[in-house]
Amino acid sequence: MNDILSPPVSRAGLHEEPTANTVLQEIKATVGTATVENPKMQARNVDVHYGEKQAIFDVSLDIGNNEVVAMIGPSGCGKSTFLRCLNRMNDSIPSCRVSGEMSLDGEDLYGPDLDPVLLRARVGMVFQKPNPFAKSIYDNVAYGPRIHGLAGNRGELDEIVTESLKRAGLFDEVKDRLDAPGTGLSGGQQQRLCIARTIAVSPEVILMDEPCSALDPIATARIEELIDELRQNYAIAIVTHSMQQAARVSQRTAYFHLGKLVEVNDTNSVFTNPQHELTENYITGRFG
Amino acid sequence: MTTTHLLIVATVLAAVSYFAGRARAWSVARENGGIRQLHSLPTHHGALVAIWCFVPALLLVVVWKLAEPVYIGNIVNANVPAELSAGDERQIALYRNDVENLISDGDASQITDDGKRALGERLLAQRSSSSLALTLLALAAALGGAAFAYKRIAAPTRARHSVERVVKFLLVSSASLAILTTLGIVLSVLFESLRFFQQVSFTEFVFGTSWSPQTAIRADQIGSSGSFGAIPLFTGTLLISAIALLVAVPFGLMSAIYLAEYASPRMRNITKPLLEILAGIPTVVYGFFAALTVAPAIREFGSVIGLSVSSESALAAGAVMGIMIIPFVSSLSDDVITAVPQAMRDGSYALGSTKSETVRKVVIPAALPGIVGGVLLAASRAIGETMIVVMAAGLAANITANPLEAVTTVTVQIVTLLTGDQEFDSAKTLAAFALGLMLFVVTLVLNVIALLVVRRYREQYE
Repeated sequence: MNDILSPPVSRAGLHEEPTANTVLQEIKATVGTATVENPKMQARNVDVHYGEKQAIFDVSLDIGNNEVVAMIGPSGCGKSTFLRCLNRMNDSIPSCRVSGEMSLDGEDLYGPDLDPVLLRARVGMVFQKPNPFAKSIYDNVAYGPRIHGLAGNRGELDEIVTESLKRAGLFDEVKDRLDAPGTGLSGGQQQRLCIARTIAVSPEVILMDEPCSALDPIATARIEELIDELRQNYAIAIVTHSMQQAARVSQRTAYFHLGKLVEVNDTNSVFTNPQHELTENYITGRFG
Repeated sequence: MTTTHLLIVATVLAAVSYFAGRARAWSVARENGGIRQLHSLPTHHGALVAIWCFVPALLLVVVWKLAEPVYIGNIVNANVPAELSAGDERQIALYRNDVENLISDGDASQITDDGKRALGERLLAQRSSSSLALTLLALAAALGGAAFAYKRIAAPTRARHSVERVVKFLLVSSASLAILTTLGIVLSVLFESLRFFQQVSFTEFVFGTSWSPQTAIRADQIGSSGSFGAIPLFTGTLLISAIALLVAVPFGLMSAIYLAEYASPRMRNITKPLLEILAGIPTVVYGFFAALTVAPAIREFGSVIGLSVSSESALAAGAVMGIMIIPFVSSLSDDVITAVPQAMRDGSYALGSTKSETVRKVVIPAALPGIVGGVLLAASRAIGETMIVVMAAGLAANITANPLEAVTTVTVQIVTLLTGDQEFDSAKTLAAFALGLMLFVVTLVLNVIALLVVRRYREQYE
């Protein structure tokens, strides 16, 4: 199935054109290795437009099984937009147009046969701000399994809820008050509740859009531990503004700049030996 | 000067004092080395001087106008002919009215009756002197107050605190106005109702099942003592309101969901105002729409399928009323649905739910308190609605749950009771106040329940 996608290098070459006299001129093609041997999701030559304005320029990136890919870059660089394309959350924005190829297990995400509702059950998402539903803790986690009919009876549903809460590291804190409203939890607990809600539908990929930006350091540390554990079973892409976080949780790091993917490599080499000048400037704090 | 002129002059004086006070505060500031040395801003000082100018004059006018009639009443009592002053008050009032009419042109000299002429002259003289005294005193109060406050302007004077206390007092009295008006209405209805309950027992009124308010117009009429059991009216109101809500809640809620979740912005901009026009149609128009169009249509339809429908059916009135209150439900629900954060919808979509699942299971539950509030508001409106039921529901006080029969409502009966040519203290007329009181209690209870429901959900979800 993977052969519907052409190798990134040849395609990237076609788009190489002389640009205006800006910093963009330096970004000719992505530096580093955008592909992995065992890809779960693949993006090739993706362009995204909001109306007339182009937000993503020719991005190609793989997300492998059992790995965490961190996406870093200054605000407005398109990393969140790219993430939201991976489970078609941008569909709700009428002016948004996506071109290029994106696939999950070789299946075209923007193909005519793909149902975005089913896609999102396989590619879950955790948002920047915790967004629990106005329901009890139990019902928040049970929401996904219920709409997808994953549990045959109440006992099975109880088990899914308990298991998801345990894996999100929240169960011990809330086991006595599963009927309490999810919105009454603290910020960090709410975010773990949202993660529990996401893993309750057993997705294959989890996308995280700055999941810790609203949390304190202790809650952040718990979520980072959790991400590391979840890696055993899922492919994870995380957008973050914290370079320390990217260094701690990810195996590969992608640096975005003004809608272009500047550099992608092993996290270690990106942070110790950046290949591109823009990446180096960003991680050493010279701008961004 | 008349009172109106006096108040206009006082206002002008207050404006002048404002500017004078402000100018003086500026000069005080300059003497002390800059505006920073003043405790309060010059505008506060100006406002304080204006308040000291206007308020004492206003208070004086109010007190004067309250005291004047008492004083004049004493003059009249002292000047009526001896044979009247021993008699009852009504005759004195009549005599006084007569004199007042005669001197309304400001001239008492043409009155032929000596006694009346003397009183008329006395009254005219008293009035002109009173008016002159009031003018002088009020102007003195205004100028004196302004001068007092003007002299007090100094760097440490805390004018801001005083002005803000006055502003706060104004705000409190505005808020009290609505409350006091409500209280006044309730009390006046309550006292009339108490008079009614002296004639008809409370239990008969609340639990009686027969409504026939025909009382004797003259004492020599036989029979008709009337029966005042309000149950048929309240069941009628309940039936029609229930039908109205059965129409309004599903249609209103579904149009709100369409407008908030599915309609394109263009569609929404056109449809929402159109829907809200429904609330702007005069209820009397709905009334004849119900009586002339809907009721006959329902009767025709009933006869086609073999049901006997009375020409003034509860169904016709209720259905039209339901259409009238659709905007109450839809507009309020639309607002609360739109207010549900997009993040919550995104969370649901990200779990792989469809749009309708998201609306049904996430958006509506989150918006429920507001929706319940809108529905209860619509219910209060339906219970109090008068014109449609007057025209379309009829006067027959039946106890029935059959929407095809004619029923009557509390509001219809209030209208019919008060549009007769009855004495105003007969049981028939007073019954209208008792009905009004009951209706008020019912809507009050409904509003309290609405508040409790909304608060319960708030505590749970915010």
